[in-house]
Amino acid sequence: MVPKLEAESLTRVVDGDRIVDAVSLRVPTSDVVAIIGPSGSGKSSFLRLLNRLDEPTDGTVFLDGTDYREIDPQELRRRIGLIPQDAALSRGTVAENVALGARVRDEPVDEERVAALLERMGLEGYEDRAVDDLSGGERQRVSIARTLYVDPEVLLLDEPTAHLDTTTEAQIEDLLAELIREDDLTCVLVTHDTAQAKRLGDRIVEFVDGRVAAEGTPADVIG
Amino acid sequence: MTEATIDTFVEQATDPVVITGFVQILTATVLAAIVLGVVYARELDFEREVLTTSGRGLVQVVAAGAVIGVLLAAHLAWATVVLAFMICVAGWISHKRGDAIPGVFRTSVLSIGFGAGLVIVMMTVAGAIETTMRDLIVIGSMIIANAMKTNSLVLDRFTGELAANRPEIEAMLSVGGSPDRAINQYVSTSVYASIIPILDSIKSLGIVQIPGLMAGMIIAGANPIYAAQYQFVIMLMIFAAGGLTVVVNTMLISRRVFTDAKQLDDSVLDAIET
Repeated sequence: MVPKLEAESLTRVVDGDRIVDAVSLRVPTSDVVAIIGPSGSGKSSFLRLLNRLDEPTDGTVFLDGTDYREIDPQELRRRIGLIPQDAALSRGTVAENVALGARVRDEPVDEERVAALLERMGLEGYEDRAVDDLSGGERQRVSIARTLYVDPEVLLLDEPTAHLDTTTEAQIEDLLAELIREDDLTCVLVTHDTAQAKRLGDRIVEFVDGRVAAEGTPADVIG
Repeated sequence: MTEATIDTFVEQATDPVVITGFVQILTATVLAAIVLGVVYARELDFEREVLTTSGRGLVQVVAAGAVIGVLLAAHLAWATVVLAFMICVAGWISHKRGDAIPGVFRTSVLSIGFGAGLVIVMMTVAGAIETTMRDLIVIGSMIIANAMKTNSLVLDRFTGELAANRPEIEAMLSVGGSPDRAINQYVSTSVYASIIPILDSIKSLGIVQIPGLMAGMIIAGANPIYAAQYQFVIMLMIFAAGGLTVVVNTMLISRRVFTDAKQLDDSVLDAIET
């Protein structure tokens, strides 16, 4: 069976360093693959290659069996959504940020969808708030809603709780677990937190020096 | 060089007013030295740039004065050559504010050439600039110099915006935004920032400042109201040339910071950050 997402010998060389070194990975539909590893092991760099925010030096990615170089990058990035480590919100209101996917394409904003997403994120009634007034946890919730607004087929999560305090981290993780379960999402999660990887991941991949060092079920890799 | 040209040059260079000019430069230099002293004392670390820039500016402007004196006696066709040369030099000086962007020298020359060139041609056709060497060179250089300043400001701000807002730009790309849309607001911010000085100059016309050209015309005995009108025309020409320059250049350079796969080009961003 063709996996939803498949990386084939994906490599990225920067200034002579192989920061991602011939990584192959299969992500079946509805699976959550959690990538763990020490800082600088190439986890986030690998994630950026999956939605082509960076260009692989070698190798490629297949989405539903199609080489992603055959898909227009704008279309590809809507199909493979990325939730970045830093919420990276634009100046403006919460609603404007959630509907960014419509605004950047000059499409009409689906206000009901914005409201529904904000409700799911626990931010009901936040539409007109300025993003500058939000806490770190609220900003990350808006970032998640912004990515979900375009209804991606695959969700890439780059350390989504990295900059949050313990309580907020737990809340965001619970929210993600609920979204993954309810929407049957196909995800690739990068995290430095092995416990989080174990809680959210169906499979774990461990990176060391840009290469896959271990791969298997959470019990196999983490124990 | 003809004998008449040499005579013109010698006559101008030995004029007593030139000696007076050097005394005035000395006085202004003392004032600038006070600023330099403050810069040095507060470790603001740009005194070397101020010194070299001022020295270079003095040599250039005095040389230009001598050359203009000679040129005023030359055939009108030379005006095109001189203005084209000025545009190239302006592009060269200005492009250094954004030299991380590939091809920025070429885009700067094209943009200043388009912005300043169009304004000079149109205003010459309209009769605001007389078709004499004196008007074309003096007013043309003023327009080109200001277009260069505006271009430098836009390059400096644009590269700063790119470096400061990479996550936001990539967030827009990540939801399917085109490169143009992803940097649109940063281009607008840069363009606006670059024209703030000229907008403020227009706002303060006659209140905070009596600009040089107007003052010169009044001193030379022109009708003050006409001098003011003409100064306003000059300011609008400067604004138009600067505005056209930065609009064209940001259009040209904004494509160059992305790869064919609609990614922010790492090599450009790395060069900006270093």
